[in-house]
Amino acid sequence: MNINMTLIGQTIAFAIFVWFCIKYVWPPISNALHERQKKIADGLDAASRASRDLELAQEQAEQTLRESKEQASQILEQAHKRSTQMVEEAREQARAEGERIVASARDEIEQEINRAKDDLRAQVSRLAVTGAERVLEASVDEKAHRKLLDELAAEL
Amino acid sequence: MAAGSDVTAAGYIQHHLQNLTFGYHPENGWSLAHGAEEAREMGFWAIHLDTMGWSIAMGVLFIWLFRKAGKLATTGVPGALQNAVEMIIEFVELTVRGAFHGKNPLIAPLALTLFVWIFLMNLLKLVPVDYAPELFARMGIEYMKLVPTTDPNATLGMAIGVFFLIIYYSCKVKGVGGFARELSLTPFNHWSLIPFNLVMEIIGLLVKPLSLGLRLFGNMFAGEVIFILIALLPFWAIWLLDVPWAIFHILVITLQAFIFTVLSVVYLSQAHEHH
Repeated sequence: MNINMTLIGQTIAFAIFVWFCIKYVWPPISNALHERQKKIADGLDAASRASRDLELAQEQAEQTLRESKEQASQILEQAHKRSTQMVEEAREQARAEGERIVASARDEIEQEINRAKDDLRAQVSRLAVTGAERVLEASVDEKAHRKLLDELAAEL
Repeated sequence: MAAGSDVTAAGYIQHHLQNLTFGYHPENGWSLAHGAEEAREMGFWAIHLDTMGWSIAMGVLFIWLFRKAGKLATTGVPGALQNAVEMIIEFVELTVRGAFHGKNPLIAPLALTLFVWIFLMNLLKLVPVDYAPELFARMGIEYMKLVPTTDPNATLGMAIGVFFLIIYYSCKVKGVGGFARELSLTPFNHWSLIPFNLVMEIIGLLVKPLSLGLRLFGNMFAGEVIFILIALLPFWAIWLLDVPWAIFHILVITLQAFIFTVLSVVYLSQAHEHH
């Protein structure tokens, strides 16, 4: 247990180990530690930011949904209105067409009646002439009384 | 008691407490000392090969282990080694932050080196006391004291290293003049009391490394002596005392390493402070 050169040797060894530790051991581990601390802090930060973003996005999605629903109902209403309008129009058209057909039919009937009247008149005049001929026998000159008979027929 | 039954208890203890000393003997020249007497005659110019060897081995183990962890260090998920090393480093960093009030990038690595190195040297104490001397005796080496911190040269050597740093930073932070003023004008700020102050302060300054080194040495040496005494018991009774004492020493080992480190940091913190 003597004090001797070992004392100096230990001091030198101590100095060398401390120097080596400062130079090569401490920095990498300490850096890694602090970097990891920073990374974790950043990660937590990012997580909270992301959750905030999510909330925002959800809100936005909800709003978009609401808007689109509104739009859809609007379109539906419009379509409804348009369809009733179309039905109305069609009905109107059909009515007009019907009236037109009825009118033309009436005209035709009128014409037919007139023609039949004319026919009837001619036949009656002929019958009258024939009857008169029979009554008068040949006393009446058809040629002489033609004009009179035509007038008579027109009066019928 | 491996050395044989003819060896006395006193001889056994002395043998186990003798360092392997190499130095210049007045009669034998440069040689290994045979016995305490020769070692004493070598005077200051001798060296304890076992203390130096084991302390350097432990220091290299520390550097190698931590350097490896440093090389593999990632900022991602750490492995087992990195985890353990980071735990120690964080512990040291926390301790330094609590005890050292200043800014100096040297202090934390210094504290780490002191703590782990002293811890590893102390740890050798848990190796059963007969193993190393017996093993080396078989290899023809007469003495082998395993634990470097039971050698006052080792503990005082480290304390002297810390002492140099105290002086260096005192001069650097306060200036040589400021340091001298602090030594001569505290605690009594009067010119007539300068010699008195000087004596007081210099004693106070010198006591720092002395107490640092001797505290560690005393604790370790006392524990070692008790381990050796326990080893003198009959072989079937040894474990009865050896086991509790060893378990207790797991605490002492760590505690002494921690105390040395914290006190060094505190002394260096004082060196950085202005009065």
